Amino acid sequence: MKELNFHRADSIASAVAAVKAAPAGKYLAGGQSLLPVLKLEMAEPSDLISISRIKDLRNIVASGNKLVIGAAVTHAEVAASPEVQKAIPGLAALASHIGDAQVRNRGTLGGSVAHADPAADYPAALVALGATVKTDRRTVPAEDFFTGLFETALEADELVVAVHFPIPERAAYAKFASHASKYALCGVMVAKDASGVRVAVTGAGPSVFRVPEMEKALSAAFAPASLDGIKVSSDDLLSDGQASADYRAHLVTVMAKRAVAAAAG
Amino acid sequence: MSESTTGRLVGAPIARKEDRRFLVGTGRYTDDLNRPKQTHAVILRSPHACAKIVSMDTSAAAAAPGVVAVYTGKDIADDKVGSIPCGWQITNKDGSKMVEPPHPALVADEVRHVGDQVAVVIAETKAQAKAAVNLIEVEYDPLPAVATVRDAVAEGAPLVWAEAPGNTCFDWHLGEKAPVDEAFKNAHKIVEIELVNNRVIPNAMEPRAAIGEYDAATDMLTLYTTSQNPHLIRLLLGAFVLGVPEHRLRVVAPDVGGGFGSKIFHYAEEAIVVWASRKIGRPVKWTAERSESFMSDAHGRDTVMRAKLAVDKDGTFLGLHVQNTANMGAYLSTFATSVPTYLSGTLMAGVYKTPAVYVEVRAVFTHTVPVDAYRGAGRPEATYMLERLVDKAAVELGMDRLEIRKKNFIRTFPYQTPVALEYDTGDYDATLAMALEKADHENYPARKAESEKRGKLRGIGYSTYLEACGIAPSALVGALGCRAGLYEAASVRVHPTGSVSVFTGTHSHGQGHETTFAQLVADQLGLTLDKVEVVHGDSDKIPFGMGTYGSRSLSVGGSAIVKAVDKIVAKGKKIAAHLLEAAESDIEFKDGKYTVAGTDKSKAFAEIAFAAYVPHSYPIDKVEPGLEESAFYDPKNFTFPAGSHVVEVEIDPDTGVVTVENVVAADDVGVIINPLIVDGQMHGGLAQGIGQALYEEAVYDESGQLMSGSYMTYSMPRAADFPMFKVGNHVTACTHNPIGAKGVGEVGAIGVPPAVINAVLDALRPLGVTDIQMPATPEKVWRAIQDARSKAQ
Repeated sequence: MKELNFHRADSIASAVAAVKAAPAGKYLAGGQSLLPVLKLEMAEPSDLISISRIKDLRNIVASGNKLVIGAAVTHAEVAASPEVQKAIPGLAALASHIGDAQVRNRGTLGGSVAHADPAADYPAALVALGATVKTDRRTVPAEDFFTGLFETALEADELVVAVHFPIPERAAYAKFASHASKYALCGVMVAKDASGVRVAVTGAGPSVFRVPEMEKALSAAFAPASLDGIKVSSDDLLSDGQASADYRAHLVTVMAKRAVAAAAG
Repeated sequence: MSESTTGRLVGAPIARKEDRRFLVGTGRYTDDLNRPKQTHAVILRSPHACAKIVSMDTSAAAAAPGVVAVYTGKDIADDKVGSIPCGWQITNKDGSKMVEPPHPALVADEVRHVGDQVAVVIAETKAQAKAAVNLIEVEYDPLPAVATVRDAVAEGAPLVWAEAPGNTCFDWHLGEKAPVDEAFKNAHKIVEIELVNNRVIPNAMEPRAAIGEYDAATDMLTLYTTSQNPHLIRLLLGAFVLGVPEHRLRVVAPDVGGGFGSKIFHYAEEAIVVWASRKIGRPVKWTAERSESFMSDAHGRDTVMRAKLAVDKDGTFLGLHVQNTANMGAYLSTFATSVPTYLSGTLMAGVYKTPAVYVEVRAVFTHTVPVDAYRGAGRPEATYMLERLVDKAAVELGMDRLEIRKKNFIRTFPYQTPVALEYDTGDYDATLAMALEKADHENYPARKAESEKRGKLRGIGYSTYLEACGIAPSALVGALGCRAGLYEAASVRVHPTGSVSVFTGTHSHGQGHETTFAQLVADQLGLTLDKVEVVHGDSDKIPFGMGTYGSRSLSVGGSAIVKAVDKIVAKGKKIAAHLLEAAESDIEFKDGKYTVAGTDKSKAFAEIAFAAYVPHSYPIDKVEPGLEESAFYDPKNFTFPAGSHVVEVEIDPDTGVVTVENVVAADDVGVIINPLIVDGQMHGGLAQGIGQALYEEAVYDESGQLMSGSYMTYSMPRAADFPMFKVGNHVTACTHNPIGAKGVGEVGAIGVPPAVINAVLDALRPLGVTDIQMPATPEKVWRAIQDARSKAQ
């Protein structure tokens, strides 16, 4: 890891200003994705600007039919939050299975979303729930936010501030984790609200994606059996030493059924 | 039991004396040590599996901030630093010797595996060394590589070493072929199997580390290192690599955080830091980063075995022919060559009275990290093959899998196998019965039905294994090519007030010797546990030693301690006779007291010790003052732990996930000193064995890149993967060492892998699945189910 400057920001504005001022600044939240990257010298920022203590980024608020979670809220806090458990229990459950206890105690929602790891869990939740990502300068619908493998719509100095989740009727996440890394080889979030059903898949492809055929079938009848015979094509899926594209395609259906069963139950 | 209890400590479940310092974080590991004026080394490693080094420019690195020195393979060669030696020479079938290529500490001309050492940067700080190592410019000319056994033996495969045609290191055999051929002629059935024993990466919790320190005033070299056998490292480093006599080289292995075999071997980094410390006149420290551990610690297993078993109509085994091809990696690590041969080929009889056994082993070089002993070392490979084959034989004969085992169990001892070993004792029926009872075997059908009700598949697997450990009689291993004696040494120093320091040549890196050996000695001398200290891991303190591996510490090292204490007791008798004014033959020693037989006249052990050091009234003309004795113990035979492991698994047919539901191990590890430690050793061994069966695999791609080079891709077992293990012991005492101990360190990793896979296959067999290779990952299991279903259609 190369030498760098460390700053601790106390407001959103000062954090953004610090990143803008640095030759190659990076926001640091829990560091669960960024620090391994730095240790492997795969990124060499000049400055790290810690946002962990910015109070405005640490709130969880449920009001009306919306749940807002600040970017610097940890996975453990999401999992344990009575507000989240009440509003979207499937989201709390998802957070409770991210990585391991150490990762959950440090890693944050905003960090995970901004990093856009193809095997991260949150992207599936954001897309299935129709969430919007609020940044320091705009709001971006989740589907437009995740643009590819480790790629998002964020500008270089743009900071994720919060994620706004519409509260669904039902939602659940089913994950098939890599035994080695505990990342999702395939994670499926299913959400049902008045407008219909959304199915979003993480881990299986280069970026989170929806499965329209499953959504249609589940909008007609929200039951695991509705997914019988529906299989995604393996063509665009990831294939690596952890799992072949074939197997991932198969798991999408299995996990989607399990998510539906959990949401329906 | 507490530290102040005396008598009958042997056999008591005493909590480990060393746990306190480990649990509160005051253990002293090599990386915790810092020497005055210390520098830090970072090693440049090859990114290629095979490449010529065309040129190397170290000038920018040498000029970088804080850099003290940069050395390359040329410097190693110019200084005539010797090749890192292999400790065991194998003789080929034709009487010629194995191919033994050079193994330089730093490579000058051609790299042969990803991670091969190319250069070292020594700087004031580790960060400076790390920054500078990136400034070394190496021009490589990449060449085709071979990584797997199957690629290495293919026609026209690239050669790792020009002097090893066909990449063959040796072609060895054991047993007689003619009787086996005869058995096959008369067989009712011939059962065949081909198995890959998956390559694993040891992953000790503490990465390897080494500090070299040269003292110009005394011309002494010291190596602090993460080693399982400091004296062996001193021998190899001193005599073969650096040409330094023993009295000028001290090797210290302080607290060591796990080895599993990987810290037996002499590694290049140890030679580099010691050699470099003398060159720069300052201590040099190197500590592996985890990714370095993956590509530089010797890996384990990696064999491809084909076997044929001739069976009679009633399931009697008639003959066994095994052909094993073993991956040695790019260089021969210290004990690599003994693993597939004398530690595996000799085990092919198992617990069965197969009258004719013939084993052929071809070892091959590949462009991979060297492969060497890893918990079990050769015996897991043999056991896996035998127990899979026996299951297959039962299935093909339509026999019960337990019946075929019982049919062939050895029941009379001593038993001479057709593959060199003579088993002294054992009771395989007893451990099997215990295992089945602990496994609640009779209610298994109900559990299976319950699983099926939930849409799951359930299977049960057995493994009735045997292993040979407590290595080993020196004359025997010498005749077989070992370049060392495998005895053990101990010194026992009684202090003037009667407390005792025990110096052992074995090394504890998780085994709890400080407790077990103290129990032994305290009982033998009638002392409390807190009066006995066990010292290990420093060649300046310990007279000699061969270290800890092959489950030898108690049976060999403990026996040396017992012998040394016997000498103490005997000398004490002479002193007591004088003090008690009696004939030596009338003195009895019991419960820490020397008594004149038939009287109440006695002297406590501490009084004798005091007299020995303050010899005012003393038989000075017959007995020397002082009370300190040494002993060497050379074992008469291997020891033969054996037992039965039973595993139940549940499989989710939708995902292929195998869940381990029940693990039972009933073992005969000989006489037990500390059952708590024995259980702990079992738990660790079982976890590693199940890890190999279900999760772990070192994968190289075709170009020789290590694909599983981090915990993101290399899957370690976790506590949450396991049910509570049920372990038990049925003891038959080893007949040829004074303790009766056999050894427990490896039996879990040896016995359990086939029980796991046999359980998986038992669950899948109704679907038409007949084979699955380790590790039985979810995708592999799912694919086997898919393939069987499509075949069935």
